Amino acid sequence: MDLRYTAAEQTFRSELREWLAATLPGVGAPPPHDDWPARRAYDLHWQRLLFEAGYAGVDWPAEGGGRGSSPVEQLIFKEECERAGAPYVGVNFVGLLHAGPTIIAEGTPAQKERYLPGILRGEEVWCQGFSEPDAGSDLASLRTRAVRDGDDYVVTGSKIWTSHAEVADYCELLVRTGDAGNRGISWLIMPMDTPGIEIRPLRTIEGTTEFAELFLNEVRVPVANRVGDENDGWRVTMVTLSFERGTAFVGELLESVRLLGEVRAVADRLGLLGDDGLVRRIGHLVAVFDALWALTKRNVSEAAQTGIPGIGGSVFKLSFSEHSQALGDLAVELLDRAALCADPLQGPDGGALGNAEQLHAWFKSISLTIAAGTSQVQRNIVAERILGLPRAR
Amino acid sequence: MDFRVDDDQRELAEGIRAMLTGRMPLEHLRAREGHERAITGDDWAALGETGVFALTLPEPSGTGLGLAAAALVFEELGRGLVPGPIVGTFLAAHAGVVEGAAEGRAQVGVHTVGRPGPVLVEHLGVLDALLVLDADGPGQLVTPAPVGGARRVEQPLDPLTPLWRLEALPFGGSVTDDHGALWHQGALLTGALQVGHAGAALELAVAYAKERQQFGKPIGSFQAIKHMCADMLVRSEVARAAVHAAACLLDAPDVVDGEAEAAGCTPGQMLGRSVTGAKLLADEAAVANARAAIQVHGGMGFTWEVPLHLHLKRALVLSTTFQTPADAAAALAAYA
Repeated sequence: MDLRYTAAEQTFRSELREWLAATLPGVGAPPPHDDWPARRAYDLHWQRLLFEAGYAGVDWPAEGGGRGSSPVEQLIFKEECERAGAPYVGVNFVGLLHAGPTIIAEGTPAQKERYLPGILRGEEVWCQGFSEPDAGSDLASLRTRAVRDGDDYVVTGSKIWTSHAEVADYCELLVRTGDAGNRGISWLIMPMDTPGIEIRPLRTIEGTTEFAELFLNEVRVPVANRVGDENDGWRVTMVTLSFERGTAFVGELLESVRLLGEVRAVADRLGLLGDDGLVRRIGHLVAVFDALWALTKRNVSEAAQTGIPGIGGSVFKLSFSEHSQALGDLAVELLDRAALCADPLQGPDGGALGNAEQLHAWFKSISLTIAAGTSQVQRNIVAERILGLPRAR
Repeated sequence: MDFRVDDDQRELAEGIRAMLTGRMPLEHLRAREGHERAITGDDWAALGETGVFALTLPEPSGTGLGLAAAALVFEELGRGLVPGPIVGTFLAAHAGVVEGAAEGRAQVGVHTVGRPGPVLVEHLGVLDALLVLDADGPGQLVTPAPVGGARRVEQPLDPLTPLWRLEALPFGGSVTDDHGALWHQGALLTGALQVGHAGAALELAVAYAKERQQFGKPIGSFQAIKHMCADMLVRSEVARAAVHAAACLLDAPDVVDGEAEAAGCTPGQMLGRSVTGAKLLADEAAVANARAAIQVHGGMGFTWEVPLHLHLKRALVLSTTFQTPADAAAALAAYA
């Protein structure tokens, strides 16, 4: 157990820190939440800056055009970006974290050449067409059908929870090409300008359009766009998961630490720090977030040495999502009636209450126990794969 | 950076576990329930010979290891429900203030000054010396232990933690203590014991859930049970990472500076924050896991026979030393 960073890791950090300090002042403020074209332009510009500085795809292997950094350097990258207030990965998320790594691992040379540079250079945006209205936690039951017709698949069905579909160039799409179950699934690259794709934005409980539903009506996707063998798409999808190096929620964790600081500052200004119960809830979250930072280092170290993310990811996500909600609940309780609107409000001292930001964080926290594997599914995974309890539903 | 438990450390922990299961299995330890000397002199000497109290002392008298290794050893002592003043004796040996502590020839207790109230001291009647520690002040060593005037408590909560009541806090000579180092080490090792209790409760619950059949199936196949067990693992792994991180910081002052800078506090505050948070989460994990394991065991969990109540009771005893969870949480709020 050693928390010392190597000289190389320290150099990586200080160079990155210098670059961020020099670059971020020119990046400007992010566009409004609902302005998707502007968000696309903003996020792609940031990706372009990363690419030019050699920081595009720090977690991609060098043969895919990435930087090939170690998991510890990936952790440092995310930590420094978050602490410096750099833009979030945004619309580049699916390309950089899902589609790109999948193509690196399973794509043909032609597919790699065609699709990877566009992701790294901040030129092309990807979205994800995995979940369906009737296939959520039980993803392998998906029913969107792809039928061969000459050199094309003809795809019909619907997909849901597709983030930034409106501004995506490509969709990583799971379709049924064979029998029921996870052995009849194929992984396709679907250009989003193909005729037959209807995008219907979904409003979240926050009122914004964070993701969309896709309706696919006889969409023709070239067979050449299949990644991996026909009916081998489930395995192809699982391969991507092994790219996770324990750093998936680093940004969110550090963001929660910052929000907790703001909650305490507002409580202080409102004269509420005499409330022992409130103070203890704040202090408890300090302990938890510190511990989750330590657990992140443990998970990253595990991935660095074994190449496998290990068991820690589910443990981390279960604890983090629960305590992120505790933080959101605390903030809302503290704001009292100021939590009843997202119009920026001031406290009695004239200072900003941060109610809009805290409300946004509260809503986001509610999604954390659902997205990327519900907490119930995560607990099953922990109980069955780690603790060895019998599989049965 | 490599924050994994390394091979040497894993071997050390496994060695201690093997020694404990061989030399002082639970039924052997439980024979002393209600006794004023909770652990025999022979067993204490065996712990000393194994080097449990001398881990951080330089060779040849000790093994020259750090607190990270000590945390792993204490986790095993907690898992094995080893009674006796193990934290105080380790601290006395580490600080070199009581002859024979390192070798298991002396027993040194530790009493941490908490909220005003009755002064209950663990194992007092058999102690050679008593450390009295305060989170903010210098440590004191009371030697010989203040047995005169102490009354033995007739109904201690934990049958393996005998208690004595004193009329007032005893005073002794001050112990060299740089910036609360003894407090930090004691809190850390207490947290490590708690991680052991949390882990033991989880292991007992999982083993029972796999074996106990109801409705024609192992109860561990029911999600209601599975999810309780998963939550137990989450609590103990999160607490374990925190305890290990705090141990690494105590071992490596040069790391503390970087961590403190990132967290926006002083190096001294960083140590206190790290240890206090780790102890808090370990306390919670130990108590909550023991409770959950009792629930998984159903009626059997409520019996004296099943050892879960011993883990629960010990966890409660430990959670009242080196700051209660409530006081720890209150202290940590300043770092938000």
